[in-house]
Amino acid sequence: MITAHPGLPEFDYIRPTTLEEASNFLAQHPGEARAFIGGTDTFVRMRDGAWQDKYLVDVKGLPGMNDLTFIPAVGLRVGAAVNMNRLIASPEVKEHYPLLAEAAHTVASYQLRTRATIAGNICNASPAGDTIGAGLVYDAKIHVHGVEGDRVEALRAFFKGPGKTVLKPGDIVTAVEYPRPPQGAQGKYIKLGRNAIGDLAIVGVTAFGYPDRTSSGYRFLVVLASVAPTPLLIDMTLLSEKPLTPELIDEAAHVAMNSVKPIDDVRGSARYRSLMVRNMTRNALTEVWKKLGR
Amino acid sequence: MSFHRITVTVNGSAEIVDVPSNMTMLTMLREKLALTGTKNGCAAGECGACTVLWNGEPVNSCMVLAVECDGAEIVTVEGLMTDHQLDPIQQTMIDAGGMQCGFCTPGILISARALLDRKPKPTEPEIRDALVGNLCRCTGYTRIIDAVKMAAGD
Ligand SMILES: Cc1cc2nc3c(=O)[nH]c(=O)nc-3n(C[C@H](O)[C@H](O)[C@H](O)COP(=O)(O)OP(=O)(O)OC[C@H]3O[C@@H](n4cnc5c(N)ncnc54)[C@H](O)[C@@H]3O)c2cc1C
Ligand code: FES
Ligand code: FES
Repeated sequence: MITAHPGLPEFDYIRPTTLEEASNFLAQHPGEARAFIGGTDTFVRMRDGAWQDKYLVDVKGLPGMNDLTFIPAVGLRVGAAVNMNRLIASPEVKEHYPLLAEAAHTVASYQLRTRATIAGNICNASPAGDTIGAGLVYDAKIHVHGVEGDRVEALRAFFKGPGKTVLKPGDIVTAVEYPRPPQGAQGKYIKLGRNAIGDLAIVGVTAFGYPDRTSSGYRFLVVLASVAPTPLLIDMTLLSEKPLTPELIDEAAHVAMNSVKPIDDVRGSARYRSLMVRNMTRNALTEVWKKLGR
Repeated sequence: MSFHRITVTVNGSAEIVDVPSNMTMLTMLREKLALTGTKNGCAAGECGACTVLWNGEPVNSCMVLAVECDGAEIVTVEGLMTDHQLDPIQQTMIDAGGMQCGFCTPGILISARALLDRKPKPTEPEIRDALVGNLCRCTGYTRIIDAVKMAAGD
């Protein structure tokens, strides 16, 4: 039989029924077994031959994985298996975490988002991961189940490099938790792809600001995607020190540009990326300033 | 490699299928169930030619394992017709001339049907957004969008 495209290589599909069973299996097969949820990164990498796992462990059905809950006093808890369409459609996410919905909406296409998850996007640890910026500015916490039980990791300390995280063999992310954003917070995600929608980011800029007791009256955070080994969080202290002006925002955009040394690749040159970091940071910050009631 | 016996409802009929771990839903539909309306354009989640309804939601069938379909309800392009009547979106696709080679059409029909199910009166930007994951190399999309508008009664 002739197939136009390679199929998936051989592996065993495993569906554990408890977190303990899943963690133990993964820990007993380091380098051979991989947890997966939507598979939208996993299947592509396995087809390419980049990943050669013997076992794919489906963790979607495990307890709590499909819960999406908002508790006003605590925040939003997104079970690891909640797909992006469900997240985007949630009225509570729209109301309290619009930046997260906006960022998730830029991921691929509707039918792919039926599979793609926030947990998978984070665990995949791509510098281009579109939902990571929102997670970093919201100061998300990652709930992990490992062989030694449950623990919580800060997203801000989660990434070790492209595709590398603090997760150890046996660790399963069970949920991503977003604390309540500061009162009056506003955000903006700008993604530059080769086409207007549905492509990976050549550069992604998340800007986030909220009223605070500073000289400018605000605090701002920026996250840059696709221009450093891991998504880069920048605390824009400059924008707290004196009253905001378009010139000060320009200066902040230069700070962003100078904090990264992007690389040349098939989707854009280093120089193009640098200039786009500057322009997009300026645009995103200006937009947030406007939303804050400039 | 392990095999799994699954029960799946496809276009309303219950099927029992033995599938290897690494078989995708797309391959199962085409090669085990002979439903070749669903197309393989890229096997990588990019083109949308393999889009089917999976428990009511559109999904790239190349991005789902067959074994994950145990207990699921799938609708493919072959299942859009009811009582020998074309689905409205099938009819308007013909009326608007929304296809040339037709390779993308099954996936587009499914994405459009799913959009109309969740939003009976979509705006043009909503139509375009819902079809982002369905590539067409022939038509230039305009007539496809017209077809969705017509099916929505505009
Ligand atoms: C056509 C296409 C377009 C895409 N476009 C975009 C885009 O525009 N923007 C973007 O950011 N991404 C994009 N992606 C990448 C991908 O869809 C996202 O990263 C998605 O969020 C991954 O989620 P998933 O559940 O499918 O991950 P999976 O493939 O299931 O997992 C991804 C990684 O995380 C690990 N993992 C998953 N779940 C867990 C868990 N619970 N515990 C521990 N480890 C876990 C897996 O082992 C694997 O290493 C695209 C992919 C495709 C195929
Ligand atoms: S064949 Fe599935 S998206 Fe192209
Ligand atoms: S009609 Fe040929 S690809 Fe769309």
